[in-house]
Amino acid sequence: MSAWSPEHPDALDQLNQRPQPRPKVAVHKFSSCDGCQLAFINAGEALITLSQLVDIVHFAEAGPLDAEAEVDIAFVEGSISTPHEKERIEQVRRQSRFLVSIGACATSGGLQALRNFNSHSAEQWTQAVYAQPAYIDSLETATPVAEHVKVDLELWGCPVNARQVFAAIRALLFGVMPLIDKDKLCVECKRRGNVCVLVAKGEPCMGPVTHLGCGALCPAFGRDCYACFGPAENPNTHALARRFVGLGLLPEEIAHRFHFINSHTPAFRSAGLEWAE
Amino acid sequence: MDTQYAFLPRNALDQLLDALRKAGFDRLVGPIARDGAIVYDTLTSAAQLPHGYRDEQAPGRYRLHQADSGRCFSWANGTQTLKPLTFAPQEVLWHCERDAEGCLRFKNPTVNHSPTAVIGVRACDLVALRLQERHFLGGRFHDPHYGARRESLFLLAVHCTHPAKTCFCASTGDGPKAAIGFDIALSELDEGFILEAGSLRGGELIRTLALDDATERQRELAKTEIETAALQQSRSLPSQNLREALYARLEDRHWDKIGMRCLSCGNCTAVCPTCFCHAEHSVPTLDGTQTTHQRQWDSCFTAVHSYMGHFLVREETRLRYRQWLSHKLASWHDQYGRSGCVGCGRCITWCPSGIDLTAEVAALTRQETSHV
Repeated sequence: MSAWSPEHPDALDQLNQRPQPRPKVAVHKFSSCDGCQLAFINAGEALITLSQLVDIVHFAEAGPLDAEAEVDIAFVEGSISTPHEKERIEQVRRQSRFLVSIGACATSGGLQALRNFNSHSAEQWTQAVYAQPAYIDSLETATPVAEHVKVDLELWGCPVNARQVFAAIRALLFGVMPLIDKDKLCVECKRRGNVCVLVAKGEPCMGPVTHLGCGALCPAFGRDCYACFGPAENPNTHALARRFVGLGLLPEEIAHRFHFINSHTPAFRSAGLEWAE
Repeated sequence: MDTQYAFLPRNALDQLLDALRKAGFDRLVGPIARDGAIVYDTLTSAAQLPHGYRDEQAPGRYRLHQADSGRCFSWANGTQTLKPLTFAPQEVLWHCERDAEGCLRFKNPTVNHSPTAVIGVRACDLVALRLQERHFLGGRFHDPHYGARRESLFLLAVHCTHPAKTCFCASTGDGPKAAIGFDIALSELDEGFILEAGSLRGGELIRTLALDDATERQRELAKTEIETAALQQSRSLPSQNLREALYARLEDRHWDKIGMRCLSCGNCTAVCPTCFCHAEHSVPTLDGTQTTHQRQWDSCFTAVHSYMGHFLVREETRLRYRQWLSHKLASWHDQYGRSGCVGCGRCITWCPSGIDLTAEVAALTRQETSHV
């Protein structure tokens, strides 16, 4: 599939055939820190404009509650980590014309997907961590929404930002698929005029394999990128890992660079496993 | 003219900056040491210049060191050249608005390019600027945005005396002596600077400083330093047109080897002073009544850059690298009458993987590279 083509063009047709003039929107939360929903809440004036363009019928963090409402566009934050969430995401899919997963948890399983590597069972973990593990009902794995239901559009990032979310909504209101730029972070970093932290400081920057979109925030402050936006298109994880060897990183440290926020993505999963042993 | 080779004592450098301001250049841009590299930034006094700094460059590596020297320009080059000052990394080309009747109205963006003097421009950067002018201002379509920014620049060059290990401008014939496109060129000596006019306004500015002529000894010293700088360069590109040699090897297996190492991150194209590729997008406001049409740097290393009628021409990394190198060193000759490489070596230094185009060209054309 090409880098920017719609995941499911038929879903766009469905959305465009909606009967109401004002589309209904819902924001659902699964296993996550709630941070991606702040892309809406922190948007200020844009959120008011949005409320004039669509009916926000369900958005628990912001107020409106109607989890069962049928909607035109559903935003889903969080990974699928519990048996209840497994059922609930299917329900959300059934009642939504167009489903957008937002943020690392929803698109890749997120930080909590690190448990997918562990040989210990979820039960062993909960017993070791919680005083009263009987209250915890957890799946063995934390997985992205797209492993459970059809997802029409993915917005990556930990967290996603208002620019991504509102650009996607605007495009959908125009009746077209949003353009998602999946180039490497370096492209954005150089446009911004940052000094490369890998070349000038020897930092193990993940920028050369990471999906842009954050505005090269960490390198702008002299920090190496830790790939919170997940893999870019065509990521050469092998070449970057070899460069990290040259910078003096131990195999385990290299594995940790890939097995962090987006460890469940195929590109980062296999790159990390190569160095984890 | 008598001011052709004037001598400016080291402690009088601020007088030169003042003269530039008096001549109407409100904004001075020059090299400063920041974030571990030499970068161009706004300059308010000569004290900000990177006094005593030396750069150490190698494939995929750049380090600054403080040396025991009072010189300001004893380094080869920094992260960027003049490119961001003329070809903006991101800019608005036009605005569009839908009025109450539903008609579309287009508006030019208001641009204000204040007269800017750039201090410390290198020979390779000046040749690269000329090549970009050929692209943006030559031919049928004149780019007014690029043109306005280019018009606003006064260029104060410095002849290179401290090449980096990644430099090879002597082999491309573009340095280390600044030969074209400057208003004033400086030669830095321990005791000060020799000023040389390259334009009428440059000559006028030097005359306002009422300086003594540089002595024969000073001029000889400066000449020797530049000649030595050329001899110190250890990398090179073959001096002949590589068009036929590269076209004959388009299916060479060596491209696969490069593709294994290349991150297709586009850093080489972003730091290349002659790369000019860009992408345009319309960015609508949320209410859908207005858009801005934005242009930003793009790269032949991105997927979207080779998108055509719903397929990618260059999906694989080896094809993206091949596109870059064969455009830069081969088809550039057809397009602009010379190679697109000026020997600055930035693509070597700032490649996170440390890919060295001089070594790759040598491998592809089966010649021994001059670098050991």
